[in-house]
Parts: sequence; structure tokens; C-alpha cells
Amino acid sequence: MSTQENITFEYKNDTITAHVSGDIDHHRAKALREAMDARLYADRPPLFLLNMSRVAFMDSSGLGLILGRFTLCRELSIEFRLTDPSPEVEKILDLAGTGRLIRIDRTKNSKSVKN
Amino acid sequence: MKRNKINEMKVIFDSKSENESLARYICAAFCATFDPTVEALADIKCTVSEAVTNCVVHAYRDTVGKIYMTLKAYDDATVTVSIRDRGCGIDDLSRAREPLFTTDAAGERSGMGFPIMESLSERFSVTSKPQRGTQVNMTFKLDKNSKR
Repeated sequence: MSTQENITFEYKNDTITAHVSGDIDHHRAKALREAMDARLYADRPPLFLLNMSRVAFMDSSGLGLILGRFTLCRELSIEFRLTDPSPEVEKILDLAGTGRLIRIDRTKNSKSVKN
Repeated sequence: MKRNKINEMKVIFDSKSENESLARYICAAFCATFDPTVEALADIKCTVSEAVTNCVVHAYRDTVGKIYMTLKAYDDATVTVSIRDRGCGIDDLSRAREPLFTTDAAGERSGMGFPIMESLSERFSVTSKPQRGTQVNMTFKLDKNSKR
């Protein structure tokens, strides 16, 4: 099981990348939201990447988390992109049609995350 | 064709958010007997997570109540999941089932819980009575022949 809090931030060339791993559900979303918002408010980078290649599970709480950061970034004039969603994430994005609203960068062939 | 029940499990747990993962892992373990595909298992876990989250966030909004989960396995490789609460109930079910409808936008709820449960399950039904509670029933087909 991978339900522990797991988010790391990477700073490079005016870009903050948040690497999220494990499960994203309602229980975990709050801590992830707070961690990301603290970084966004404090640093206001030109570009914020949310890397979801290591997310093993996501439900609609994850959608709320993604759309919430998208909205906050727009308010703070930060460009927001979702990168390399795992197949588990991709499926939920497809169901909700999230790709029509936000930019998703797929830089590699993502594989299912072992849970 | 008549199907026979081969296993059944009932779990009662508190409507605490940490039990969202507990419920979906219990369900995944229960389904393991059919050796389901990774994708089929992910679908079931997601729907269970949605249903239990609804109980935690909406049914027992400012309180902690009991969530009743019943799992049944049948010899035609189907599994039924029923998740029930004795919470506040849903006033307008058809509205609650609309994509993107939520009563809790401030909590960053996406309003996709019911639509996701409907799309990922083989069969889906929900009944609710205001002040009495809500019950969600879902059926999943875990046919080994569909294995990748």
C-alpha cells in the first residue's frame, strides 16, 4: 500500500515541478493541496508542473485537486501543466474530459504504477 | 442463467477519511480470487473510493457515522458491491448524478463521483431517503477471458 504522504518539489529554470506519488483520494488530497499551495504562494514561479507519473491510484478527489491548482495558478498568473499522468490518472481524466481544459504534457510512455 | 453466490463479506466501519483507502483495499483483496486484470481492479477500487467518500463528505458531513459495505462474489465471476449509510440522504438524486454537480465546491469536490461510479461499473443503482440514508449498488464483471 502506498498511502503515505508523498510529494516532492523540484526547482529548475524558473519552474517548480511537484512530483506526487502513491494514492490520491479525499483523505490525502488536503495535505497535497496545502503543500502545493504553500509553494505556489511563496515562490510564484512562471511555470508549475504537476508530475503524476508515479500516482498509483486516483479518484475524483484527484480531479478536484488538479482543477483547484489549475484555478489557483490562473489567479496567480502561473502557467500550469499536468505531466506524464499514469494510466490510472489518465482514465479518470478521460472520464471527466479534463484534457479539454488543461494542458497535459506526455513526455514518455507511462506504465502502470505497481501498488 | 442462474448464478450462485460463492462468497460474501460484510464490513462496518466509521466514516473517517482514512477508511476510504481501507475500504478499497478490502474490496480489492476480496476480488483477488478471480485474478482480475489490473485495470478491472483499478475500476472497482475507484468506485468504492467514490462511494465511501460520499458517505464521509456528504452523508455524515459534520459527524462520524457507520458505513456498511457488503461484497458478494458469484460463480460467473461477477462481484457486487453495496455501500450504505444512515446519513442525511440526498434530496435530489437526479441532480446529484449530473456530471460536475456538487454541493461542496469549496471543498474542491469535482462533482464526478456518481458519473465515475456509473461509467466504471457494469450495473449501477442508487437509492436515497432524506434523513434516512443512501445506498449504492454496483456490479462488476471480472471475467478472466478479458485478461490482457
